[in-house]
Amino acid sequence: MGAFSGLSERLSHIFSKMKNKGKLTELEVKQAMREVRIALLEADVNLSVVKQFVNNVSEKAVGDEILKGLNPSQQVIKVVNEELINIMGGSHSKINIADKPPTIILMCGLQGSGKTTMCGKLAVMLRKQGKNPMLVACDIYRPAAIKQLQVVGKNANVPVFEMGQVNPQKIVKGALKQAEHNNNDVLIVDTAGRLHIDEELMDEISGLKKSFNPHEILLVVDSMTGQDAVNVASKFNEVMDVTGVVLTKLDGDTRGGAALSIRAVTGKPIKFCGIGEKLSDIEIFYPDRMASRILGMGDVLTLIEKAQSAFSEEEALEMQKKMRSNSFTLEDYLAQMEKMKSMGDMSQMISMIPGLAGKLGGKNVDIDEAKIARSKAIIQSMTIKERRNPELIKSSQKKRIAMGSGTSVQDINALLKQFTQTQEMMQKMSNMGKRGMRGMKFPF
Amino acid sequence: MGFFEKLIQGLKRTKEAFSKKLYQLFKGRELNDEFYEELENTLITSDLGVEATEQIIEEFKDECFKQKIRKPEDAKDLLKSIMVDAINYDIDEYSYPLVILVAGVNGVGKTTALGKLAKFFRNKGKSVVLAAADTFRAAASEQLEVWADRAKVRIIKHEEGSDPAAVVFDAIKSAKAKGTDVVLIDTAGRLQNKKNLMNELGKINKVVEREYPEADYRTYIVIDATTGQNALSQVEAFDEIIDMDGIILNKLDGTAKGGVVFAISVEKELPVCFIGVGEGIDDLLEFDAKFFIDELF
Repeated sequence: MGAFSGLSERLSHIFSKMKNKGKLTELEVKQAMREVRIALLEADVNLSVVKQFVNNVSEKAVGDEILKGLNPSQQVIKVVNEELINIMGGSHSKINIADKPPTIILMCGLQGSGKTTMCGKLAVMLRKQGKNPMLVACDIYRPAAIKQLQVVGKNANVPVFEMGQVNPQKIVKGALKQAEHNNNDVLIVDTAGRLHIDEELMDEISGLKKSFNPHEILLVVDSMTGQDAVNVASKFNEVMDVTGVVLTKLDGDTRGGAALSIRAVTGKPIKFCGIGEKLSDIEIFYPDRMASRILGMGDVLTLIEKAQSAFSEEEALEMQKKMRSNSFTLEDYLAQMEKMKSMGDMSQMISMIPGLAGKLGGKNVDIDEAKIARSKAIIQSMTIKERRNPELIKSSQKKRIAMGSGTSVQDINALLKQFTQTQEMMQKMSNMGKRGMRGMKFPF
Repeated sequence: MGFFEKLIQGLKRTKEAFSKKLYQLFKGRELNDEFYEELENTLITSDLGVEATEQIIEEFKDECFKQKIRKPEDAKDLLKSIMVDAINYDIDEYSYPLVILVAGVNGVGKTTALGKLAKFFRNKGKSVVLAAADTFRAAASEQLEVWADRAKVRIIKHEEGSDPAAVVFDAIKSAKAKGTDVVLIDTAGRLQNKKNLMNELGKINKVVEREYPEADYRTYIVIDATTGQNALSQVEAFDEIIDMDGIILNKLDGTAKGGVVFAISVEKELPVCFIGVGEGIDDLLEFDAKFFIDELF
């Protein structure tokens, strides 16, 4: 499998191997985790972070927690995903606003990470929140950097303070004065891109931190960054004690494993993401979305979520009981179909299941949908008694039901046959032990 | 400062990080599983990617076995030669008139690389004109203008937001009229999954092919050495739109190793032509695989 193939494909390949195997053994988890390791490395998650991650997830997956409610492969995905979200930190954060204005936001990062553009985006966002921000041009090195910030400021409709190529300390001091005069309550300070190992320039920026005590120090990181992200982030954090991270260029096709690495080594929240070239293309960071992006399995996760909410645990227990006592009726059969329906369109559902989408053409899926509707109509045309005890349905009843549901006697026979098969299958399954709902397959 | 001093200095940090690990790896060790695992870790953390790493290690193991190598010191030379082979290409000499187009995603250092390329050809005694075809990013042409001043070369630019293909057209016309040896084309950064922007690049490319068929035309993708495996997707997408001739590997003066070029070499056989090792105008060097690897070890 080439390095180009997405993580999604990769993982769905791994997990398709596990499909229908029932219980996850320690060996299977180990095998899966070897693949997960490769997959995460291909997503540019740092090697040491990957190792730690794989250890954590393996422990959880082999233990008792696994195999409740979902099938094994889905459960593993669930654990992997939860752990990813866990590492990337709780919910999203906001800009720290000073008790007494002005709030100072200091941007820092490597060359080309997208600081200047992000300054403009933050300005637009803050302006929408009723603030009156001002941009401060402290990139005194890169040719035309000040001009770029001026253009950005013009597009963002916010003032830009610049003093040309003088010491950034002087520039910020001047900006503070100007801000007081013009009632700007937020200063967004753009700085030159610098290498984390460039001592001279790191001194320059830590000097700004010491002199002005910014309320927010944001490290801007290109989401395409590779293994080196940990070195860059930990050095910047060591020198600047940053308050948060901004991920840029997330509108590309990068898996963005750097997000996980940075979060793991700095412990600082990822606050915002750049998602396009327009100044409005900024959003707050959602760890869950990022996790599914790194995993590349957003579709499967949606499926898991839907399945979880459609079948509550109590319902599952109830169903299990019925299966054991062999009291699964046509009513339950109908309820099952309703559940499936509440999970959304069948063809959509099936397209979400890795490995299955390819096997089933759209045509077959459509037929199944129609079949479900027909089955529902048939059951609904039965009396409650008939639903609970299908043996009561003889030929005259069949004719009545066929009339009521707009189907034929053959259709009713087919349904009843299928129901009996389902009943038998469930009986078999419950006899097989404690597997319960897990291995349960829907007969349509 | 001479060429080699420059390279050595530029790669110092890269070398420190990579070399230290490899030194520890080879020092007084047996070639056992633990050794191979550490070697794998070293290559992975240098952004080689899983596949290129596996290939290199596989070959290394085979050769160690064939050549009956047991001493780590001999193994080190073997590994070096395998790694050189992986990224060593013969690159055709430039002929003139020459057109070089640089492309790449946002923030990799295209404009800076172009400024340095201007100086590189000036040093060879060639006349150069820059085409400021990044008409999108704020102040991009102003930035290129500063580089034109520094390298003492001409620049053709239009208004911000104008058609980049028209800039290229004018630059070629001007080069023909004045007998300029080299046309260097800067383009706007674009993420490889943005279809419209990629098509725009295709249009610029067509203008060069149509208007200047007699020129030696090279297209380079600029890659940030800090970038991880996404560089592969970048190369693939850009290569699909305009047939790429080589890579400019930028920002090697940091701690990143740019190991993704090994992965690119495995997948796409695209040579590295230049490396960027600093922000000065002379900090762009022609790539030499052997010297590069020697410096890394």
